[in-house]
Amino acid sequence: MATTEDTRQERLDRGIKVRTEGIYALTSWREMGYLLAPRAFLIFGLLLLPLLVDSYWQRVLCIAGVYALLALSFDFLAEYVGLVCLGGAFFVGCGGYTAGLLNHYLGWSPFFTIPIATVIGAVISTLTLLPCLRLRGVYFAIVSFMFPLLTVNIVVALNIFGGTEGISALATLPNIWFDQYLIFAVVIVALFVMRRLVNEDIGLIFRSIKDNDQAVRASGISITLYKTKAVFVASLMGCFGGAYLSHQYGWLGISLFAMDFSILPIAATVMGGAGTLVGPVLGAFMLTPLSEALRGFGQLRVVLYCLILMGFIVYKPEGIMNYLQRKYHQFEHWKEV
Amino acid sequence: MGEEALIRVQNLSKSFGGVKATKDVSFEIKRGEILGVIGPNGSGKTTLVNLITGFVKPDSGNVYFGNKKITGLDPAKIADLGIVRTFQIVRPYHSLPAYKNLIVPLNSPRIKRTRGGKSGDRDAVAIDILEEIGFERDAFVPYKIASTLPLGYLKRLELARCLALKPEVILCDEVFSGLSSSEITSLVPVIEKLQMEGITILMIEHRLRELFRLVTRVVVLAFGEKLTEGTPEEVVANEKVREAYLGTEVDEAEEAEAC
Repeated sequence: MATTEDTRQERLDRGIKVRTEGIYALTSWREMGYLLAPRAFLIFGLLLLPLLVDSYWQRVLCIAGVYALLALSFDFLAEYVGLVCLGGAFFVGCGGYTAGLLNHYLGWSPFFTIPIATVIGAVISTLTLLPCLRLRGVYFAIVSFMFPLLTVNIVVALNIFGGTEGISALATLPNIWFDQYLIFAVVIVALFVMRRLVNEDIGLIFRSIKDNDQAVRASGISITLYKTKAVFVASLMGCFGGAYLSHQYGWLGISLFAMDFSILPIAATVMGGAGTLVGPVLGAFMLTPLSEALRGFGQLRVVLYCLILMGFIVYKPEGIMNYLQRKYHQFEHWKEV
Repeated sequence: MGEEALIRVQNLSKSFGGVKATKDVSFEIKRGEILGVIGPNGSGKTTLVNLITGFVKPDSGNVYFGNKKITGLDPAKIADLGIVRTFQIVRPYHSLPAYKNLIVPLNSPRIKRTRGGKSGDRDAVAIDILEEIGFERDAFVPYKIASTLPLGYLKRLELARCLALKPEVILCDEVFSGLSSSEITSLVPVIEKLQMEGITILMIEHRLRELFRLVTRVVVLAFGEKLTEGTPEEVVANEKVREAYLGTEVDEAEEAEAC
């Protein structure tokens, strides 16, 4: 029974470290190794992945990267600000159309249109969502879900920006390797920036808004201002994804507002583990290739897809990452005994 | 203690559907005093705090802060002016250490106007405030995760959140409720100290004995209306107040008829 006792001891130890979160010091290289290993695994894993697959799957991974950004933005808004935003497609559309139109009409190169569209698209999305920020929970979700559908109808009805056919022959990025590593680099950077952000002061205010918005207002802080900031940050990621996609395809059209961009990130978040930020990213990198692999099944793939999701909701509602993180810390205990 | 009115409530009324939560209530909070507000359950005490701090908009009547009309302003704006409140049900940020709970008020525009500094400074300020309000720094209480703290500390945390805003007025919504007598005894000096520092305080309380030791004046509410106001002694002696708390005596014959 000695082992169980030792394990328990270690768990207590870990508890103290968790309770003093924010002020603990790294005590040894080993400790640092434990912290660094999963992060290094993620970064090098993502960087090595394109070397192992052919160019078809590289394209799939590029799109998976866009979904990963959307999932990250969904997770951030839902779990850290309390805004369940189903408007992922709206972000993609705004970014994609802005980049594509700048390229088509003004002839700017993708190296300018992508960053500019990221910011302009985010401003447009934020301003559009601004009147709805007073809404909470499911109401905000429904309204944000409506926006992409609305915009598609406007584009089709007025026959602007290429109407239903879209605009083709946009400039593309230099080559597939550039495509691939650009999106992966952005995913990694966005992930670490977001993780940092939610623990900064501004992140604490976001989290308090989710937890108890009345107390935040009673503290003399305008919650609308901070929700606006949060939506802007989240839409930056989505709009980058959109701008990148339109240059990746060399085409823009109403499919940039496709519902997939709103829905798949949620599935990825459920699967990956809500609130972990890294979980949804991993979820997107699993779900997108999976849905591609199931393409052969035609319509049946939606069924398989749903089965997988239901499996997660029933058997592992916490998601992969929450589970792994817990197991990882427990593994640490046994190891240290 | 000046006689100047810091907050004037004039003919404030609010109804929720058919229920008149506040009916034509007027009173003043004088600068530097501790004013008690008592009344039986459902007499509109919390609604009063909600009305003053802007969380609920009144149907009619006005609230003045000094000479400034603050009726109908946004809660954040009112807090920004220095009128802050505690909540009856404490909901701290559970997963964070106690001192991190104060990061939100310390990032408010009101504090940023007076005090710049980086987040490291803010942590130190937060811990100082918590220590002032009774979180023993030597026992590392400010560093404990909020969800592990007992209710007494959470109520203090709620006060600390107000204090972090460098308020002029604190409206305390039942800070003593749910606390043991010994916890209350240790909290009373904290509130006295706030008053010494020049903060005006309005206290809603059910624990009359503890409240009457602190306050100089009491306003009594019943069914949304102001019954009376006066010193604790006057209020306790008032027949209407006794009625409101204990009910009227029922004539035995009448009771028999009712059955």
